[in-house]
Amino acid sequence: MKAPKLVTLSVAVTAAALLASAQAAGKLEIFSWWSGDEGPALEALIKLYGQKYPGVNVDNATVTGGAGTNAKAVLKTRMLGGDPPDSFQAHAGQELTGTWVVADRMEDLSSLYKSEGWASKFPKAVIDLITYKGGIYSVPVNVHRSNVMWYVPANLKKWGVTAPTNWTQFLTTCQKLKAQGLAAPLVVGENWTQQHLWESVALGTLGAQGWRDLWAGKIKFTDPRAVAVWTMFGKVMDCANKDASSLSWQQATDRLLAGQAAFNVMGDWAAGYMTTTKKLKPGTGFAWSASPSTSGSFMMLADSFGLPKGAKDRAEALNWLKVLGSKEGQDTFNPLKGSIAARTDSDVSKYNVYSQSAAKDWHSKQIVGSMFHGAVAPESFTSNFGTIVDAFVSSHDAKAAANAAQQLATKARIGM
Amino acid sequence: MKTSDRTWSFVVLLPSVILLAIFVYGFIIQSGWFSLTDWGQDPVQALSAHPVLHFQGLANYRDLFTGFLDARFRQDLVSTIFFTVFFIAGCLILGLGMALLLDRNPRGEAVWRTIFLFPMSLSFIVTGTIWRWMLQPSGGLNVLPQAVGLPKGNFEWLSSGAAVLKFDWNRLPLLTAALVGLIMVYVAVRAQRDGARTRTLVAGICAVLLLGWALLIGPRLKLLPGVELHGFNLALVGIILAAVWQMSGYTMALYLAGLRGVPDELREAARVDGASEWGMYRSVIFPLLTPITLSATIILGHISLKIFDLVFAMAGPDNSATDVPALLMYVTSFRGNEFAKGAAIGMVLLILVAAVIIPYLVSQFRRAEA
Repeated sequence: MKAPKLVTLSVAVTAAALLASAQAAGKLEIFSWWSGDEGPALEALIKLYGQKYPGVNVDNATVTGGAGTNAKAVLKTRMLGGDPPDSFQAHAGQELTGTWVVADRMEDLSSLYKSEGWASKFPKAVIDLITYKGGIYSVPVNVHRSNVMWYVPANLKKWGVTAPTNWTQFLTTCQKLKAQGLAAPLVVGENWTQQHLWESVALGTLGAQGWRDLWAGKIKFTDPRAVAVWTMFGKVMDCANKDASSLSWQQATDRLLAGQAAFNVMGDWAAGYMTTTKKLKPGTGFAWSASPSTSGSFMMLADSFGLPKGAKDRAEALNWLKVLGSKEGQDTFNPLKGSIAARTDSDVSKYNVYSQSAAKDWHSKQIVGSMFHGAVAPESFTSNFGTIVDAFVSSHDAKAAANAAQQLATKARIGM
Repeated sequence: MKTSDRTWSFVVLLPSVILLAIFVYGFIIQSGWFSLTDWGQDPVQALSAHPVLHFQGLANYRDLFTGFLDARFRQDLVSTIFFTVFFIAGCLILGLGMALLLDRNPRGEAVWRTIFLFPMSLSFIVTGTIWRWMLQPSGGLNVLPQAVGLPKGNFEWLSSGAAVLKFDWNRLPLLTAALVGLIMVYVAVRAQRDGARTRTLVAGICAVLLLGWALLIGPRLKLLPGVELHGFNLALVGIILAAVWQMSGYTMALYLAGLRGVPDELREAARVDGASEWGMYRSVIFPLLTPITLSATIILGHISLKIFDLVFAMAGPDNSATDVPALLMYVTSFRGNEFAKGAAIGMVLLILVAAVIIPYLVSQFRRAEA
C-alpha cells in the first residue's frame, strides 16, 4: 500500500519540478549568417548570455552563406509568413532601416539605449545610421572597415615599390609593376568584391563629404564628379585580373599572398583570414594601409541585431540585446570574429595588432558608411548595382554607367 | 460494385487534387496577380505586414522587355535560349553516341552503363561544385594539357566576358516574326504536299502576314532608345559542359532502351535488303527513335529553362555572363525586395516552360485517345 503511494508522490513532485523549470526556462531564437570562421565568436556570445541568464534555451538559427545572401532570403520569407525570429542580424544602416524599419516591422529600442546609457558609448555616426525618425532600431555588435588595401611587404620590396597613398599614384605603381611582368598588379574577385573596390575608389575620388552627399542625393550620379569615379574605376580595373568573376574573396587574397598580385582592396575580415587561416603575422606576413586617397576616412559596416515586432520571446530578446551592447559582450565577440567593437570604450589589449590599428582609426578618422555592405544604400539599390558594375567592366563607358546608376538611385528613392 | 469503385477512387484522388489546386494552380494565379501590381516599388510597403498593392497592368513586363535598367533580364533570356539549344543538342548527341556504343554489347556493359548513368544521381548543386573546381582559371581543365606536355590552356570557363552571335535587342520582333514566318512557310509547303487545303491556306496566310510585318513594320520598330547587344556568352560553355555531363547519361538510358526495343528481325531484314550498317541506322533505326528524341527534348528543355542550382553553385548569383532568369528572379525578389517584378520574371519563365510542355501534353493526349 505504502510503496505505490510513494512512487506516485515522487512522480508528481518530479513532474511539478520539471514543469516549473520548463516555465522558468525561456526560449530565444537568434537568426544570423554567422557560421564557419564566425561561428565560434557567436558561440562565445551565446555562452556569455547563458551565464547571465541561465536556463534560457538558445536556438542558434544560422543560415550559412557569405554576406548573408541566403540568410536574408530565408528571413524575408519568415517575416512575410508571420514567423519572425526573436532577434536577427542585419547590417546597420539602410539594410535595416530601408527594408525593415520603414515597413514598420521593428521595435524602437530608444528606451533600451536610455536605460543602458548607450547613447554616449557608441559613436554618433553609428547611432545616426540606425536611427529612423527619432527612434533607434538596432544594437551594433561590431565594426568592420571596408577601405583597406592589403599587400605583402616582402613582395613590394622585391618589386621596388611602396604602397600608393592615392589613386593616381596607384596607377603609376601599377604601370611600374606591369613593366616588371606582373600581369595583374591588383587582384579582384567576383562581382561583389568589385563593388567593394568601387566604393573605395568612389570615397577616394569624392572625399568623405562628397560620398555622404552622394547618398543624401545632394550630388547626382550624373554629376561630373561622380562620373569621374567611374573613369578612375575603369583605370583601376585595367590593373586587375581578367578572370575576376570566378574568384571568391579568399581566392583573391590567396593570389596576393602567392605573389601573383601586389594589392587587394578588401574589408578587414581579410585580416582574420590571413592571421587565423593562413597563420601569417600582421605587419610582416601581410601589411595594410587605407585604400588610396582615403586615409582620412574609415568606411564602416557593422553587424547589428534588432527586435522584430511580434517576437515570441520578447523579454529574452531584450536581454540578448543588452548582452550584445555591453562592453563585456563586445570584447568577447570581436577578438574572435576579427572585427572591432562598435563601442568606443572597449578593451583594446584584447585585440591583435591589426585590430588595434583599426580601433585607433575608428576613434580618430571620419566615419562614413559602406554602400555594398548595406550602410548607406537600400537593398533595392545594391541588388542592382552589381549589374551596372558588370556592364561597365566590359564596356568601360563611364557616362552610361553614371546614367544607369542615377536611374537606379531614383528608383530606390535615394535622397528623397 | 462499379459505382462504389468510382466513389472510392474519387475519394482517394480528392486530397491531391485539392492540394494541387491550391499549391500549384492557386499560387500560379496569385503570382500572376502579383506580377501586375507595384509590390516592392515602395520600400514602405515591400515588407510590411499587410502590404498595400496597386494594380498597374503590364508595367512590370514592359520594364523587363524594354526598360533601361532591365538589360540583365534580356541578356538572361537570350542566354537561356542559347543554353537550352546547346544543352539539348549536347545531351542528345552524346547520349545517342554512348547508347550506340553500348548497343554493340561491349564487355562489361553493365559497368559502363552505371558509369554513364552515375552523374544523374547527383544533384545539380554537387555537380556544380565539382565542376567549379575543375573549371578554375588556374587549375583543373586548364592545366590538364600540361600532363601530356602541352602548354597550359587559358580559357576563362566561367568568367569570360566575350560573347558571339550578338544581335541588337531592337531587332528581336523582326527576327522572331521572320523565324516564325519561315516555319509557317515550311508548314504550308508540307501541308500542300499532304493535300490538306485549309491547313495550307491558313499557314500560308500566316506566313505572308508575318513576313510582311517583319519586312515592312519590324525594321521601324524600336524597343529601346539605343543599341543593346545580346549574344551567346562564352562563359556559359562551362555551365553547358557540366549540365551535359550530368544529363547525357539520362538520354543514353532512353536511347539504349529504344535501341533494344528495335526487333532483330527488322535489322536483319534491312541487312538482307542490302543496307549498309550506316544505311540501316539512318533509314530504319533512327526513325524509330524519333519519339524518344522528342520526349528527351521536352524533359531536358524544361530542366534547362528553369535551371537555377547548377548556375548558382558554379558561378554565384552575380556573374552576369552566366546569369539565367531563374537566378534573376530569386535575386530580384529576395534581395532587391521587388516582389512584383520577381513574379513577372516567374511568369515569363512559366510561359516559356509551358510553350515546351503543352504541345507535348496535347500530342500525348491525342495518342492516348487514339
